[in-house]
Amino acid sequence: MFKKILIANRGEIACRVIKSARKMEIATVAVYSDADAQALHVKMADEAVHIGPPPANQSYIVIDRIMEAIAASGAEAVHPGYGFLSENSRFAEALDAAGVAFIGPPVGAIESMGDKITSKKIAQEAGVSTVPGYMGLIEDADEAVKISGEIGYPVMIKASAGGGGKGMRIAWKEDEVREGFQSSKNEAANSFGDDRIFIEKFVTQPRHIEIQVLADGHGNAVYLGERECSIQRRNQKVIEEAPSPFLDEATRRAMGEQAVALAKAVGYASAGTVEFIVDGAKNFYFLEMNTRLQVEHPVTELITGVDLVEQMIRVAAGEPLSISQDDVTLTGWAMESRLYAEDPYRNFLPSIGRLVRYRPPAETAAYSPGTAAGAAGDVVVRNDTGVFEGGEISMYYDPMIAKLCTWAPDRAQAIEAMRVALDSFEVEGIGHNLPFLSAVYDHPKFISGEITTAFIAEEYPDGFDGVTLPDDALSRVAAAVAALYRVDEIRRTRVSGRMDNHERLIGREFVVKAAGRAFPVQIDADPAGSTVTLPETGAVHRVTSDWTPGDSLAHFEIDGAPLVLKVGHVTGGYRIRTRGADLKVQVFTPRQAELVAMMPEKLPPDTSKMLLCPMPGLIVKVDVEVGEEVQEGQSLCTVEAMKMENILRAERKATVGKINAAAGDSLAVDDVIMEFE
Amino acid sequence: MKDILQELETRREVARTGGGERRIAAQHAKGKLTARERVELLLDEGSFEEFDMFITHRCVDFGMNADKPAGDGVVTGWGTINGRQVYVFSQDFTVLGGSVSETHAQKICKIMDMAMQNGAPVIGLNDSGGARIQEGVDSLAAYGEVFLRNIEASGVVPQISVIMGPCAGGAVYSPAMTDFIFMVRDSSYMFVTGPDVVKTVTNEVVTAEELGGAGTHTRKSSVADGAFENDVEALLEVRRLIDFLPLNNRQKPPVRPFFDDPGRVEASLDTLVPANPNTPYDMKELITKIADEGDFYEIQEDYARNIITGFIRLEGQTVGVVANQPMVLAGCVDIDSSRKGARFVRFCDCFEIPILTLVDVPGFLPGTTQEYGGVIKHGAKLLFAYGEATVPKVTVVTRKAYGGAYVVMSSKHLRGDFNYAWPTSEVAVMGAKGAVEILYRSELDDPDKIAARTNDYEDRFANPFVAAERGFIDEVIMPHSTRKRVARAFASLRNKKVTTPWKKHDNIPL
Repeated sequence: MFKKILIANRGEIACRVIKSARKMEIATVAVYSDADAQALHVKMADEAVHIGPPPANQSYIVIDRIMEAIAASGAEAVHPGYGFLSENSRFAEALDAAGVAFIGPPVGAIESMGDKITSKKIAQEAGVSTVPGYMGLIEDADEAVKISGEIGYPVMIKASAGGGGKGMRIAWKEDEVREGFQSSKNEAANSFGDDRIFIEKFVTQPRHIEIQVLADGHGNAVYLGERECSIQRRNQKVIEEAPSPFLDEATRRAMGEQAVALAKAVGYASAGTVEFIVDGAKNFYFLEMNTRLQVEHPVTELITGVDLVEQMIRVAAGEPLSISQDDVTLTGWAMESRLYAEDPYRNFLPSIGRLVRYRPPAETAAYSPGTAAGAAGDVVVRNDTGVFEGGEISMYYDPMIAKLCTWAPDRAQAIEAMRVALDSFEVEGIGHNLPFLSAVYDHPKFISGEITTAFIAEEYPDGFDGVTLPDDALSRVAAAVAALYRVDEIRRTRVSGRMDNHERLIGREFVVKAAGRAFPVQIDADPAGSTVTLPETGAVHRVTSDWTPGDSLAHFEIDGAPLVLKVGHVTGGYRIRTRGADLKVQVFTPRQAELVAMMPEKLPPDTSKMLLCPMPGLIVKVDVEVGEEVQEGQSLCTVEAMKMENILRAERKATVGKINAAAGDSLAVDDVIMEFE
Repeated sequence: MKDILQELETRREVARTGGGERRIAAQHAKGKLTARERVELLLDEGSFEEFDMFITHRCVDFGMNADKPAGDGVVTGWGTINGRQVYVFSQDFTVLGGSVSETHAQKICKIMDMAMQNGAPVIGLNDSGGARIQEGVDSLAAYGEVFLRNIEASGVVPQISVIMGPCAGGAVYSPAMTDFIFMVRDSSYMFVTGPDVVKTVTNEVVTAEELGGAGTHTRKSSVADGAFENDVEALLEVRRLIDFLPLNNRQKPPVRPFFDDPGRVEASLDTLVPANPNTPYDMKELITKIADEGDFYEIQEDYARNIITGFIRLEGQTVGVVANQPMVLAGCVDIDSSRKGARFVRFCDCFEIPILTLVDVPGFLPGTTQEYGGVIKHGAKLLFAYGEATVPKVTVVTRKAYGGAYVVMSSKHLRGDFNYAWPTSEVAVMGAKGAVEILYRSELDDPDKIAARTNDYEDRFANPFVAAERGFIDEVIMPHSTRKRVARAFASLRNKKVTTPWKKHDNIPL
């Protein structure tokens, strides 16, 4: 076995690899750019090598820099993680040449699977079901139109070297093919330096289901079940689960066996993923094979008890697989949520900045990859992350903050565990998609498992603007907040300097105002908790909690079910966040509530349609152009004052009408920098 | 006897209805509560005890003898806020427009006298059309009596004013002399002369809101310390503020049970200060991470945002915080921030509230606006306030502490009790670049030489150690342990006693 390995990656995947290596008593070497000097993977590794400036194309994907780091550290093998150099055959070749093991498949497998056209040919030859399409290179738009007609609409135009949705277009008719061909070609040229394009049938009601395979260098290969990855936003996976709620045993076996056949056909040796697109009638077609560890590998680990990273390392070290297909059993259900630094309220605009607060839910201590989840607890929580509180989400890399996974014996329980885990996940300082994730887990279609890759586009066509809690949930929240307020009020009466014998007594009747509604409640407290009655609906909730004033997270048990609230203070009440909802909740005595009812409803103030210079300073740069539509929070320009660079951001969605200042201009307070339409 | 009891009940009933149903309805229609409803919200349920309910004015001119409402337009008395005693007056706009008469003022003076005697804060809820013109000079004299008590009570008991309706002319000077003024947005305004007079005299056309609304006074004039959306919110927030304040100048600030470990380590603070010295960061994050339960009651949030002032608790006890805000004007000291900070420091000192100062200050704001505006004297106010303050003073330098501004910000030289610095701090006469430009003027056209000089200067002075070697910094502390260190420092200062030379009073550069 290796004594020391280098991880040619960053973030959560680097941390993930380090964990398994540590378990195997292998020393680890991290690499880092200037932006990652303080990063978690650097702290976790036994040693770390600096490889260059922040942009990945000057550090993480520069083969020479990684080779230098290998030489400097004396690592015997390299795990590439995913992304960056993970599917770069030149990198694998360079390692071969240097006599360093690549913890991944052989160069040949990377090359043959790395090209979409070649891979499809090989798959067909190996007896893998493929999507009808034209495998050859397409010269121009006319040819594309002709081919599309032969395949039958709708068709998908794809970049041969593509991935992550780049260079991909769907066309339903001729002129869309022309347009899509050109733009895919351009995008492919820009993104991958390879403008080859191919066309295939576009599958309707598609699900993205992929098979995890594991093969060794001795001709053994197994499949470890599937992952359902249909919840995607613009081809970026958001939620994955294993197994798929859609597959039956026969389909699973058929897909698995084809995947293994493909792996064997290319002499695969490592962990790999064969992606399929599955239509409503359970027809499945090969999409591509990813010759690396997938982002969503934890869900497979949770249901199989296999540590994929460990297996990859063992295979790379030449060991034969220790498991056969008969050893593979799928137990329970696992969900994975990708927590992104993207603001769902601002059209998922990437949000960068400081993680003022980052408190993930507690992970199940008894679980680690390679163990059976069921042995670790009835519910398992796992969080793969590469960030920490006080760290920075930088603009240079993937905006993923964490991968939160839950495992439970069945799908419904895994979903419920995920809801609680998401509610318990504290992230402040940047925009993130936690509310959106919560919303999906409460969506009836998702709960039923009736999902396709179009789920997000169809269910949230106008984006996401928060969750409106249903009445029963709101009633539970009202009961919980009333109980919490009572505790807060009692503490207030314990302040020093009171008039002896004239203490304030806290009543038992309150009115909770939330989401434009008023809920009268009556609290009967006892040493174990309280019974909260809502006379208007007749609801009676038994509420217990270990919350103490000031806690930002309140764990309740309401009528035996968990409810987790994020509790913040806002003027005149609480800011309560739960299940994707963001509410201002106020609690009053009945008399106060009567008086509150007389207060006028105020419309939000009309703010002017200009961007004023907030301080005397120098315009360093203007980030937008006239006519450009800007999203709320988007940076408009940078003003330097007192030698500090201050970024001015759009307060709301608007179109830039006029720009009155340019870089280098010196402005006074309240000078108009730009006007909006 | 029964008749007498009946009469008492009837008279009480009449007094409680104030200006009558119609005027109450008009008050409500404006989104305003009545004087009594406000008192109810301000005080603990059922704790209000009223004085002088039956007082009537003695004016007979202009038909006033026919209109003698019980209480004379102001409700006064005492009650409790979370069990602690406060005195309150609440002007009743439904009774003669809340206008101030001789007797109206006498009622206010009575409770102010009692408040001073018994050591409890005075909270005034202002909603008055002004002086009662029918009474003429008696009304003016009455204002004078109230003013004098405001002055006498200043520094003896906390005085809080909530402007909940009009407050114009001479009437503004009573709130002006209290410790804090809060306003209700859209329904209150304060000005010395109203829009009509302004137009006549200066030809300026301005609305009451623009001239003296909550927005004007919280952002531009700094007359008000905070503004709230409506009456209820304002009164509940005053309750919250009272929980932070001692009842009088003989008491220590209040303590309440807390659920936050004073030794709590905040590892994230180790990365608060960015690597680039010109990159701002939010000082409020530090404040809320030091504070018990992250609870921060900010004063003058919208004014001179380059300095932050407000109250937190440490180990359950109130601490006043003054902090430079690098996010605004790099946190420099200027006229506005000096005035804002100085007044807050003096309030804390009056009422034995310890002061925590968080320093990241690049210096004074340069420019003609500042110099013509008298930054010399205004800046001196903050310096003076810190220097004269004898309450426990703990200071943490997070990054820059440059030049004269370093001395001003509760430095060791102004009797700082504990002066801590983070390892990222630079206690120096100025930034390296500026210093080198002065010291090596002759080498300015050689960028290499200047860069080397700048490096040298940084190595020598851009750190806390030079100051620590001289004892100006007591200790260099790790950012993550700031809460623990600061809490322990204040704990050790609970019995601090300082004697100052006798003087009638000081002569702060007003």
